[in-house]
Amino acid sequence: NKGDKDGERSEEALQHKEQKPQKTRKRTREGDEIKLDPFPGPAPIPEDRVQKFKRKEKTKTPHHAHYKLRDMIVRSEEASEMAQKQAARFDILLPEDAGFLEGDEDEDTCTISQEDIALDVDITSGAKYFNLKLSQFGPYRVDYSKTGRHLLLGGRRGHVACIDWQSKQLMCEINVMESVNDVKWLHSEAMYAVAQKKWLHIYDSNGIELHCIRKFNDVLRMQFLPYHFLLATASATSFLQYLDVSVGKEVAAICTKTGRLDVMCQNPYNAIIHLGHPNGTVTLWSPNQKEALVKMLCHQGGVRSVTVDKTGTYMVTSGMDKKLKVYDIRAFKPLKSYFLPAGASCLSLSQRGLLSAATGDVVQVYRDVWNTPVSKPYMAHRVRGTVWGLHFCPFEDVLGVGHGEGFTSMLVPGAGEPNFDGLDANPYRSAKQRQEWEVKALLEKIQPELISLDPSELGQVDQATFEQRHQDRVQALGFDPLARQKFVPKFKKKGRSSAGGVERRKKQVAHEDQREIIRKTVEDKMKMDKERKEREEKKKAMLTSQRSALDRFKI
Amino acid sequence: MKVKVLSRNPDDYVRETKLDIQRVPRNYDPTLHPFEVTREYTRALNATKLERVFAKPFLASLDGHRDGVNCMAKHTKSLSTLLSGSCDGEVKVWNLTKHECVRTLQAHEGFVRGMVVRYCGASFFTVGDDKTIKQWKMEAMGYGEEEVPLNTILGKTVFTGLDHHQKDGVFATCGQQVDIWDEQRSSPIRSFTWGVDSFSCVRFNPVETELLGSCASDRSIVLYDMRESMPLKKVIMTMRSNTLCWNPMEAYYFTCSNEDYNLYTYDMRYLQRPVTVHMDHVSAVLDVDYSPTGKEFVSASFDKTVRIFLKDGGHSREVYHTKRMQHVICVKWSADSKYIMSGSDEMNIRLWKANAAEKLGVLAPRERQAANYSQKLKEKFQHHPQIRRIARHRHLPKNIYHQTKELRIMKEARSRKERNVRKHSKPGTIPVVSEKEKHVVTVVQ
Repeated sequence: NKGDKDGERSEEALQHKEQKPQKTRKRTREGDEIKLDPFPGPAPIPEDRVQKFKRKEKTKTPHHAHYKLRDMIVRSEEASEMAQKQAARFDILLPEDAGFLEGDEDEDTCTISQEDIALDVDITSGAKYFNLKLSQFGPYRVDYSKTGRHLLLGGRRGHVACIDWQSKQLMCEINVMESVNDVKWLHSEAMYAVAQKKWLHIYDSNGIELHCIRKFNDVLRMQFLPYHFLLATASATSFLQYLDVSVGKEVAAICTKTGRLDVMCQNPYNAIIHLGHPNGTVTLWSPNQKEALVKMLCHQGGVRSVTVDKTGTYMVTSGMDKKLKVYDIRAFKPLKSYFLPAGASCLSLSQRGLLSAATGDVVQVYRDVWNTPVSKPYMAHRVRGTVWGLHFCPFEDVLGVGHGEGFTSMLVPGAGEPNFDGLDANPYRSAKQRQEWEVKALLEKIQPELISLDPSELGQVDQATFEQRHQDRVQALGFDPLARQKFVPKFKKKGRSSAGGVERRKKQVAHEDQREIIRKTVEDKMKMDKERKEREEKKKAMLTSQRSALDRFKI
Repeated sequence: MKVKVLSRNPDDYVRETKLDIQRVPRNYDPTLHPFEVTREYTRALNATKLERVFAKPFLASLDGHRDGVNCMAKHTKSLSTLLSGSCDGEVKVWNLTKHECVRTLQAHEGFVRGMVVRYCGASFFTVGDDKTIKQWKMEAMGYGEEEVPLNTILGKTVFTGLDHHQKDGVFATCGQQVDIWDEQRSSPIRSFTWGVDSFSCVRFNPVETELLGSCASDRSIVLYDMRESMPLKKVIMTMRSNTLCWNPMEAYYFTCSNEDYNLYTYDMRYLQRPVTVHMDHVSAVLDVDYSPTGKEFVSASFDKTVRIFLKDGGHSREVYHTKRMQHVICVKWSADSKYIMSGSDEMNIRLWKANAAEKLGVLAPRERQAANYSQKLKEKFQHHPQIRRIARHRHLPKNIYHQTKELRIMKEARSRKERNVRKHSKPGTIPVVSEKEKHVVTVVQ
């Protein structure tokens, strides 16, 4: 429908263009051939790009809507369509393309070694494959900052280091002289949180301890919700706690009553925390509710790792039953189930949907696990020790692996989002830009009360409250102000308002409402009939196309 | 093996020299911008709060009159000039940018009742309690010269209002009847009467320039066509209207300020019921003036406040008051639609911003962009309870606050009683009369 309209418009534009030059040309030179624009009208936009920027379905104008409402709907529809098209046009101009890795004929991409890739690509990219041999304090947890420029390593035996990993500059290196359970960057590269043996500590990028938060004890895993400025922690005492890092207040402390919590991830789409439990369930939590929003039984045996993709559509879990399962987290339905002989201890999803799974000391990367059944990995790499932390670097084709013998930075072509948004997470930002971003981000910090399963809930019409208020109004007024008025036929002169005539006119209108419904059902019926017929014809065609043995005697 | 790994050239993303502005590559992919709605909501909330913080509408007070300001007139050609007439017959010409009086003249004995600037801007007319119409030159007299009117017409009765035609040398006065005058003659070319003894206001329609409207003391609003000898039609309301103002953009619509605390917007063609009833004042409304965009109007009331209404909004979007401002008698919306002038009893003229939180002066492009964006956000989320509560909050003087409450209680009681009566009588005998229909008594063609 939309395409048709565009077509018409462009045709019109074409006609206009045709007419104008004709006139001017005729005046200047007679008999000269008229040059036409070979590409008239606005440039076409690929449909899939337009689809990418689609926020919602078109709003249907209610049949009996007030003209003001109708006008408003039409205008906003037009505006959103224009915005969608402009965004799609802009999308074509984005400078970078995603990486890829293709093997030669009958060469598996998973057999290609990291060294080969590093030799094959340019020097700067090749330098992104490196090993840090830190055998003393391992195994290591890993975290990249939101822009992907900074790397945070936390060794089990107390070694914490942050590195500007692209320039290989060490920002700070400390030993906290305590066991470290997890490390996490906060909103910028100036601060990070370390979950130590007893308490939660916050350090700045020079390694100076800023806070020791005694309300958070025995923390095993942490997640940072960047738009809410919330640090969610899961502890050995089965507490899920939220810390607002902008004001330093504990927002919520939820006792999950499910034992030790050492499997945790966040859904980046709606800021819901997913926890995996030893009994095979995965539970979903928000800070606004003391009970789990959802409990899913995912595995027989304990859950070892959980991860959710960027769009909030898919959840991947791995369990003690050595299975890797993919769920549609919006419908809470299992999609795919894979069997990994060794089972996966760590999972991580990249921005472009590559899944990395660590089995023992082997890191495997899978592509497109939710659409097509995958039989072999996209890439594989063996590291020196058992893998303890796994994290894709945002906006880079790099996978960071923390293991018993240190840290390995792997090249995974096609993992990172090629084009970043400078106002959201800019890897090349200057100190000034970072400061400005920090102020803006703090100003639009989302309140924790707004965390819910559907993040767009706030933009929808609150029908329930409206109905309640309408009822109150009806009760207060004593009549329904929105009720349709009874049809009173107009008085006509010259004897045309006879009693019979008036009744006839009333009858014409009486079925107006029902007509609409009847028309709709008839249309539906017709459609179904048509479909059925088509199906039957297809079947018939199929049957007739099968040649029987006697067909050869036919002419 | 074919391989490509993301490898960005930092030169494409970092500015070349320190003198350049920073590069900000954008990617509008929705998946890179999660929590779209909630973030916008937060922005809208912040914008609404900031709007309330910056809402400082009062700009200046022009003092100099020695009696209450009774009428004002906008200059037709110059934005910065305002004329005002007071109750002691004095007329002052003001320069609004400098906040100073540039000229004073003693025009009448007794009140200056009406004032209007000729469409060319070269002269202006005043009428007063001394039964005269005077025409004055706009330029100030030379030093030592005496202020003398260009032209003086002595009428038979007192004139209470005056308006000038948009493009002809014709003006209209009202008093005991509505008179149409030619500038060249000393007697009216036409007089309209319709069984009433006095009119309080007469206004030319700015679009359909031959049409006039007037408010009469018998609670009616009478419409005229200058080309006809008889008035067109009138609508009689339950209470008297003080002034009326035509919508400058939509020829059919006019708004009248009424003694029953309300304003009524009428469609000239269907006078049976007003298009909108504008409520919020707690005392008689004395004056009304449309913004040049025709989307909003401002009203002055005896309750010492100035309110701004949307043309189709039942309640005001803004209320202006100060501790010192007394009964506001006249109000004007400036021709650039940015300012409001109000003249009040205690001899002052006050200058207000039309949008309380607007930043005055030239805006940088980015500043304007940000303002437009936050305006749109506020519009988008205006119905959310938290945002609406902040956006609607206004401080009111105590007496007005209590009076509003009292009026609401009275209204509720009345409607409750009506509902009870309806409940206990035969169905259909007591019809539901809407608020709009309540105030119109009859329409006479």
